[in-house]
Amino acid sequence: MSVESWTWILVGVTFSLYFGIAIWARASSTKDFYVAGGGVSPLANGMATAADWMSAASFISMAGIISFIGYDGSVYLMGWTGGYVLLALLLAPYLRKFGKFTVPDFIGDRYYSNTARTVAVICALIVSFTYVAGQMRGVGIVFSQFLQVKVELGVIIGMAVVLIFAFLGGMKGITYTQVAQYCVLIFAFMVPAFFISFQMTGELVPQIGMGGKVADGTYLLDKLDALHTELGFKEYTSGSKSTWDVFAITLALMVGTAGLPHVIVRFFTVPKVKDARKSAGLALLFIAILYTTAPAIAVFARTNLIETVSEQKYSDMPDWFKNWENTGLIAWSDKNNDGIIQYKDGEALTGKPIYEDKVGLNGERLVMNANPNESNELYVDRDIMVLANPEIAKLPNWVIALVAAGGLAAALSTAAGLLLVISTSISHDLIKKQIKPSISDKGELLAARLAILVAVIVAGLFGIYPPGFVAAVVALAFGLAAASFFPAIILGIFDKRMNKAGAISGMILGITLMLFYMIRYKTGLFMIMDPRPAEEWWFGTSPEGFGTIAMIVNVVLSIVVSRLTDPPPEQVQQLVEDIRIPNNAGEAKTH
Amino acid sequence: MSNAQNNAKSYWRTNIKYLIILLSIWFIVSYGAGILFREELNQFKLGGFKLGFWFAQQGSIYVFVILIFTYVRLMNRLDKKHGYDE
Repeated sequence: MSVESWTWILVGVTFSLYFGIAIWARASSTKDFYVAGGGVSPLANGMATAADWMSAASFISMAGIISFIGYDGSVYLMGWTGGYVLLALLLAPYLRKFGKFTVPDFIGDRYYSNTARTVAVICALIVSFTYVAGQMRGVGIVFSQFLQVKVELGVIIGMAVVLIFAFLGGMKGITYTQVAQYCVLIFAFMVPAFFISFQMTGELVPQIGMGGKVADGTYLLDKLDALHTELGFKEYTSGSKSTWDVFAITLALMVGTAGLPHVIVRFFTVPKVKDARKSAGLALLFIAILYTTAPAIAVFARTNLIETVSEQKYSDMPDWFKNWENTGLIAWSDKNNDGIIQYKDGEALTGKPIYEDKVGLNGERLVMNANPNESNELYVDRDIMVLANPEIAKLPNWVIALVAAGGLAAALSTAAGLLLVISTSISHDLIKKQIKPSISDKGELLAARLAILVAVIVAGLFGIYPPGFVAAVVALAFGLAAASFFPAIILGIFDKRMNKAGAISGMILGITLMLFYMIRYKTGLFMIMDPRPAEEWWFGTSPEGFGTIAMIVNVVLSIVVSRLTDPPPEQVQQLVEDIRIPNNAGEAKTH
Repeated sequence: MSNAQNNAKSYWRTNIKYLIILLSIWFIVSYGAGILFREELNQFKLGGFKLGFWFAQQGSIYVFVILIFTYVRLMNRLDKKHGYDE
């Protein structure tokens, strides 16, 4: 059977499964809708958290990025897993004991202030929207590549699917579909990895195969380092970022992970404090399966790619090479007219390929924007490494189709989790807590459903008409979470003396500083200024790593201001005493 | 101070002690072995891996998982000791 038929079958089967679950797990109260009734088992919550966390970016892009930047890719591997240690040890148990629905709930109550609550709501909305826009685009791209529909149509299909299970089931529906989606995505990620690891190193487990030997008896990583050196790339295992920058980015990603509202809210869904701890551990275990496999896939794919293309005739290239050339993700420009592919360090093209309507002497698609200053002739899009890997390794068609189903599961589960946070922020934190506290449970549930509808449409529009800044601001989501929420929550638990003035001034300065730095050095300001060059970075810190500095500034300012102003009232100090002790967490309190 | 308050205080002190120990390990494997001292560690090999590189892309993640489960066990025991388990 062809790849297309397999893809339709697998996508059809998995989607029916998600729908079935969504109908089974309908929400009937706001508690169901916001925190799945507070009765999710730690195991299910661990899987759901893992699916929620691992987006299309983790599934499709991460291994590809690592395979192009080698050691430097460690920032993502450590940054996006180490945050769970912070979450499990410093946040999850206490927030579960606190026992309300959202992060702004905690900030608002702990700092006895609606101003603090509002600042938190605004942060939650900015963080979640920047994140979800990228997800909807991801859904569209996966649909378009595997089912041969336009990206726009892919986004609309994705919107409809997410809407159905989020609208009906709220957190309850989302949680149980995410459990199913986790199973699909991890299976889809691991099967090709086992195959390829076995092919290349004779080891079935990719984590071991990565450190194993290839057919000629040399270690795979040594061989890849040698290939890199030969072709003028930096050694794969060394990397080129400065040590400080690697440090700063890793820390910003870790702290940002622990501060992301759609991750934190998952720990409100389990029955007890000890379940919150346990499910954080299980979530990381489930995530670690993918995150320790990804760098292995990166090494396999990188080695395979170099061996297949380097110094080989274009006319000898396998089918996958030409297929991806047709979709615009590979381009070759025969700069020295020898018909042989020279793959070296340096940018082969200036930016993404712009094709002419003609083919060259060897049958390649001609490009207009070859970069004459570099001898490298080959452009390869980073995103194809996971998608093309099964083809490159000549795996069976059903495995290739499985990757499509897995990519969709990853993108949909993350989008659904984010949309729920957005709708909760509006219906609960804004309407119920500030605008109209007298609203009935039914009314609030209706508001939550309407908010999700609006959020899906806005996110879909972002996916169809992606503003140029979307890619740039996904990193901002982590920086923002690190610079705003994380210090306010941690200090709220571990520093009893922390008060309203300290937390609010810290959050505002942290976020403002982060936004300023991102605009100045990453995105620029539309029509007014271009981003400033890397030479001017403060202490050589990239915008991705600046969340670390903004977070430290937040913490220092919060502590100084709080010590200069009045201590928090007695009942708030009592609240802090109370959340530090795990028993009698009770149910997630209604209000 | 009442007994209940003393109990809560000593629970919290032990909790903080656990956190300091576990987070030190968290810092040492990732920021220490995987980043700051990776060049030094790269002189040693673990199978086909240079050791610093292995910590950065594999080892630190395994240790993170172990750290959380250790914390879960320690805290469950501590909860029992202080009568906070349910």
